[in-house]
This record gives sequence, structure tokens and C-alpha cells, in this order.
Amino acid sequence: MLFLLAAGLTLVFGIMDMINLAHGSLYMLGAFLASTFVALTGSFTAGVLLAIPATALLGMLLEVSVLRTLYQRDHLSQVLATFALILILNEAVRLVWGSDAALPMPAALSGPVQLFPGLRYPAYRLLIIAVGLVIALGLYLLVAKTRIGMLVRAGAANREMALAMGVNIRLLFTLVFGVGAALCAVAGALLGPLFAVQVGMGENILILAFVVIVIGGIGSIRGALVGAILVGMVDTIGRAFLPIFFGLVFQPRVASAAGPAIASVAIYLLMAVILYFRPTGLFPARG
Amino acid sequence: MLRLESIRKRFGGVVATDSVSLEVRPGELHALIGPNGAGKTTLIGQISGTLTPDAGEIFFEETNITGMTQHARVAVGLARSYQITSIFRRFSVLDNLALAVQARSGSSFSFWRPVAEETALADEARSILKDIGLEEREALPAGALAHGEQRALEVGLALATRPKLVLLDEPMAGMGPEESQRMVALIERMRAGVTVLLVEHDMDAVFRLADRISVLVGGRIVATDVPQKIRANEEVRKAYLGDEAAA
Amino acid sequence: MKKSIALAVLLSILPLALQAADGLFYVSFASRVMIYAIAATSLNLALGYGGMISFGHAAFVGTGAYVAGICIAEGVTSAWIGWPAAIAVSALASLVIGAVCLRTRGVYFIMITLAFAQMMYYLVNSMKAYGGDEGLSLPQRASDLGNEVAFYYVVLLLLLGTVYLLKRLSESRFGRVIVAIRENEARVEALGLPVFRYQLACFVIAGAVAGLAGALLASHGKYVNPNVLHWAQSGTLMIMVILGGVGRLWGGVIGAAVLLGLEHLIAEHPVAWLDALVPNYQQHANLGVGAVLLAIVLFAPQGIAGLFAGKRHAQA
Repeated sequence: MLFLLAAGLTLVFGIMDMINLAHGSLYMLGAFLASTFVALTGSFTAGVLLAIPATALLGMLLEVSVLRTLYQRDHLSQVLATFALILILNEAVRLVWGSDAALPMPAALSGPVQLFPGLRYPAYRLLIIAVGLVIALGLYLLVAKTRIGMLVRAGAANREMALAMGVNIRLLFTLVFGVGAALCAVAGALLGPLFAVQVGMGENILILAFVVIVIGGIGSIRGALVGAILVGMVDTIGRAFLPIFFGLVFQPRVASAAGPAIASVAIYLLMAVILYFRPTGLFPARG
Repeated sequence: MLRLESIRKRFGGVVATDSVSLEVRPGELHALIGPNGAGKTTLIGQISGTLTPDAGEIFFEETNITGMTQHARVAVGLARSYQITSIFRRFSVLDNLALAVQARSGSSFSFWRPVAEETALADEARSILKDIGLEEREALPAGALAHGEQRALEVGLALATRPKLVLLDEPMAGMGPEESQRMVALIERMRAGVTVLLVEHDMDAVFRLADRISVLVGGRIVATDVPQKIRANEEVRKAYLGDEAAA
Repeated sequence: MKKSIALAVLLSILPLALQAADGLFYVSFASRVMIYAIAATSLNLALGYGGMISFGHAAFVGTGAYVAGICIAEGVTSAWIGWPAAIAVSALASLVIGAVCLRTRGVYFIMITLAFAQMMYYLVNSMKAYGGDEGLSLPQRASDLGNEVAFYYVVLLLLLGTVYLLKRLSESRFGRVIVAIRENEARVEALGLPVFRYQLACFVIAGAVAGLAGALLASHGKYVNPNVLHWAQSGTLMIMVILGGVGRLWGGVIGAAVLLGLEHLIAEHPVAWLDALVPNYQQHANLGVGAVLLAIVLFAPQGIAGLFAGKRHAQA
């Protein structure tokens, strides 16, 4: 799921050269919209499927109205403007929905599934992994094999050249942004039942998404995937094993204090180490 | 003074610099010419330190500088000017040069004393200003200068660091005939006391200024000689000058 | 220069006027504004003058706050020990973090500073011994500066010192180089100046001053809490800087004053028709802040100070 957000983010940044802090807000919007649609239609699937285009539309609206003017501006302006958007969107959501919303897990998927004898895994999480893989494959095919994908890659590598070759940049950008928003919606809607749907949920995951694309290299979907997997692994392993490891080596009091602390910062240490050796990430789209 | 030995550089599938060996003698003005895409700017980048060669070594005054950072090379006396004007547009013309003077005169880790009090910096900047012919423009923001004047400032910045060898990367880029004449005059004036490696397309200027010329084609040096011999060289004419030189 | 002196004088007599008019609350409030002004000014040095868009500056403020707070909690109540300690630790933190972050450029830099700030946040959050996520209450202010007016003058002195430091820095050789780096980094390197070292020095100075602001903050509220390190706080500081004027001497001060002042006004003085339009609008004040910020970025990038001073940009 982190991959979905990271992919959208890396596309937007890689192609439009724009830092979009409000990406997390689109994720939040996706979740909230999903909760409304699910409540309206009574069906989880329908709710999620409706939320996707709705969020994409909102995202494209945002792009056309506000974000377009930011493409040519310097990074600081982009950071501040999109930060302002976060503030605005957070409050707007709060006005419309209140501070949180309910998005219950569909009953059919809430139980565990037997993968192998002895290995049971929550069905819902399996769904998430499956969706993630399908979308990753789809994105890969889209970007690597189709004409649009080629335009996207060209735009990411060298925007001016793409412009010079007559590519309708504005439309392309809007579409890319829409795709990014759609990915956010999928992530938000699907993760809603697992984590709470509340105002501010976007920011926490946003930072993780940024860590992922920084590690993976900005502009590269492959990087986003690798990054997301790495981050996920480090986080899980860190949280699971580091406290145990510390317990073995240090005294209990130190271990119980330091273990969880280091676990939560493990991801950032990973990023620091990677950036130290590869200041542009593992697979930068631009050489 | 400057010696390149078998320098190689590739970018993906493209070999930009293919086993280049070059020598620049002290006090000479050595020109580097070649058709577009021959790899001139890549080579300059490797000499100045912004690019690292994949193989080969670079010696400056018999010191191996191949691994040195760009700012360290400037400290030993190797400066460059840029093909695409790279000045401090919002600084005044004088401040541009004053910064360069400041860079090589004492430490800039000075936090308290106002720079304005250091009249020596401004004086020296002014004298360089005169050398490059821009005294009238002293107080203007550098971005407001005409193109030719900006190119002159570009060269001035490189010279202000008092280098022993200066790399001029297409100083006449984008200039009309009158401005080019002025630039040629400037280079003639300033070459006393400094060795120059000049990359240029403007053949008139090159043949007027150069003591020796090296021709770079497809990443390789195909000839190094005095201008008359280069003009007459068949291979060079075929690869580069075409029928123009014959006329 | 004259404007600066006038402002300084004004600030000096302010508490007396405030105290007479409304009691000590506003004196305390003014102290808080000035503390944020110090923090914003330190960010202005790194961001406005140095062009380093650090989204993690709150981490240094927070580090200073915690060091100072821990000192007091452990019984070391003298400001002469606690505050320099805060500055030193913050400087060290910014040295280490800067050394890693400054190897990157552009958006990578912004993101990695943000990430480091989050890292510090989580670290502090898990320090159960010092309150964890609930924060740490302090029994007293450093050096018993319980007297609001006395505290005000101490903070004022430090603020004026900070602004003066910024002034001298910006006019010095170092300042020239820093501003030049912001203008054209590649050329500075090509002139023979190691860019990385200068940026790091600037970053560390900014971090150290931020640490001082943090220490003051801890004393002011007699409370430290992980939220001080949250990246939203970094965002707030950035808003202050851009509001007040990026790269302008008093930018941080003006920005802090305006932002906190507005926040206070909105909270304390409800506007009836606004309330009718949007019930409970005060709780959604951030929407207004966001809108104003957006407007500034889009239409008035030079900030408020820029509006007054015309088009002259910060130059060495």
C-alpha cells in the first residue's frame, strides 16, 4: 500500500518536478469518500470503486486550479503552497465529515485464510497485497509498454524535450495527477478498515511515502516498489526483532526503553544510510 | 603545465571521451576545436573537476589532480569559465568579482567583520573590472548586462581567482561579430601571465589567438599542431572544416 | 538601521505598557512571541539567507527544549548551565544531521530533513523517563525567572542579540558566500570555495540558535512535549519566515508576531457573521492560515517585509 502512495508521488515529482505535500490529503480524501460511498451503497466493493474516480476527479480539479501555477515555481514555494493545502483540506474534511469516519471491514474478508497447512493469514491483508501486486504490474505495463507510458517516462527524464516534441504537456500532467490521486484513493479506501479513518491520517503516511521515494529514487516506479518493500521489511523486522535483540544485549531497563525507540527510527536510519552512499536514491529516473 | 593521459569517459552507451591525451605548455594559448557533440564540454568538465574520468590521469604542474575536488583545483590555480553563463545575477557586477577575489584571499569563515570594510577586495575587483572593460557597469545587477557583457564578466570571474591556467569554455557563445571582436581583444589582453585552454567554435578567433590547436572528433584527438598545419591537415578538413576552409 | 533601533526601543518599553493596560498575561504572551521570533529568525538564516529548505528545523528547537527541560527536571536549574547545554546539544545535532542531509540537493534535502525531524520526534516520544508522549512538566523556570517582566527582558535581550548576530553574519565574508551559494551554487564551487563546509556551518549556527529558542520555550511554559519536534511545527516556523519576509533581517520577528498575533485574535475575539457562516469557525482557524499562506505563496512571495521594503532582495 505504501507502494501505491509512493508510486503516485514519484510520478508527480518525477514528471512535473513538483513536491506535493498534499498527496497525503488525497489519501485521506479517498478514505473518507470511500466511507461515505460504502454507507450509501451498503457494499464495500462498490464504495471503494466509487471512491477512486471521485478522488481522481478532485485531484485533477486541484491540479487544474491551484497546482498548475506551481510547476514553474521554486521548490520552497511548492512546499509551502502544498503545506497550505494540507491545512485547508484537513479543515475542509473536518467541516464536512467531522474528525473521523467509519469504514468497517467487509465481513467476508475479516477472517483468516489458510495459505499453507499451519500458516494462517488475515484474508484482508492478503487482498491488500494482491491488489498492490496487480496494480504494480499494471503500472509497470503501462509505463514500460504503452505509448502513454513512454510519454510519461520521456517527460520524467527531460520535460523540455518532451514539450519540444509536441506532447500535450498540460493534459498529460493532469492525467498523471489523476492517476496519482486514484492510487491514493485505492490505498486510502483499502487501508481504512485497518487503520482509523481520521483527519491527519495523510501526514503520517506521507512522510513514509517520501522516505520510500527518496530511497527508491525520484521519478522511478521501480524505485518506489523496491523502496516500499525495503521500508516495509525494515519497519516490520525492526519492530519485531530489535527489542528482542536489545533485550539480549543490554539490561532490561535500557532495552525496554531503547528497543522500541530505535525500531521506530530504523526506517530513517535506513534512509540516511542509503542517501549517504547514493544521494539520489537507488534508481533515479534522471541520471 | 597541464597533461592528460588516456582520459576515458562514457555515459551509458556513449563514449564521450575516448583515450584522450593532451598537453598544454606553460604560457601558451591552446585551442580545442571540434564539431558539435565531439565531447569538448565533457573534457573540460573532467579537467575542471566537475566530472570524474572513468580511466586515465590528469596532471597539473606535475601534481596528479585526477581525484581532486573542483574547489581544490581552483586552489592550485586551475579555473574555468562556463559556456552557459553562470554568474550571480542578483549581485552587482562589482560584487560578483569581489566574491571571486574574496575566495582566494584569506578564509571566508569570517563571521563578524563586514565585507564592506575590506576596501582591498573592492579595489582589486575594480581593477579586474577595468581589464575586462566593464567599469561603466560596476553597480548594475549582473543579470541586467547585455549578453556580451555577461560573457565578459564570466571570463572575469575565472580570472579573478588568479589562476595559472584558465579553461575558457566557448567564451564567444551566442555573440555577434562586434561582441566577438571585443572578446578576442579581451583574451589577447589577459593572456599575458596566464596559460589558456580555449574551447571555441569561432574559427576566426581561434586562428587569430591560438599558439597550438587540438582537434577533438568523436571523443578522440585527431590532431595537435600549430594553426597553419591544422588548417592544411586533410583529415581535420574532412572531419570538421568541410569545404569552408578550402574557400 | 534606524528602523531597527526604533523597533528595539519599542519592544523595550512594551511590557511596561502591557502590564499597565492588561496585566501580566500579555507580557507572557509577548515573551512567547519573541521566543518564536528567535526560532523563526534562526530558520531565516538557514532558509532565507542560505537557501536551505530545512523542513526539520523544529527538531533543533525541540532538542534545545528537551535538554533545557531535562536539566531543570534533574535539579540543574541555573540557566547559565541549562541554556548553553541546550545550544551545544542542538549544535551537535545539527552538525550530524546536516552532515548527512547536505550531501543531497533539492527535494531530497527537504525530505531528508523532514524525515530526520520525524525521527527525533519518535525518539523523544519513546523516552518514557522524561514523559514520553505526555510531555514533561517542569517545577520551575530556569534560574527562577518566574517574574514575567524579568523573563520578558531576558528574552528580549536574547532576541535583539540574535537579530544583531544575523545582521553581522549577513554582512560578513561568510554571509556573502552563503547568499552566493543560494544564488548559484555551482559557480561558488568553481571559484574555489567548498560549498558543503559553508552550508554546514550555516546550518549548525541556525540549529544552535534554534536550540536556544527551545530552551527558552521550555522555561516559558514550564513544559516540554514531543509536539515541539513535530514536522507541523517546522511548517509553522516556515510560515512565519515566509510571512515575515524570506531573507530579510526582521522577517522571522515579523512573521512570528503576525502569525501568533492573528492566532490569538481569532481565538479570543469571535466575529459574529463568520460564526454564522461557519459554525465553530475558530476551531477551523487552520483553514484561514492555509488560505493566507497559499495566497502569499502565489501572490506575494516576498512576504510582509517585502511589501514594505520594495523590491530590494536580501543581498550581502
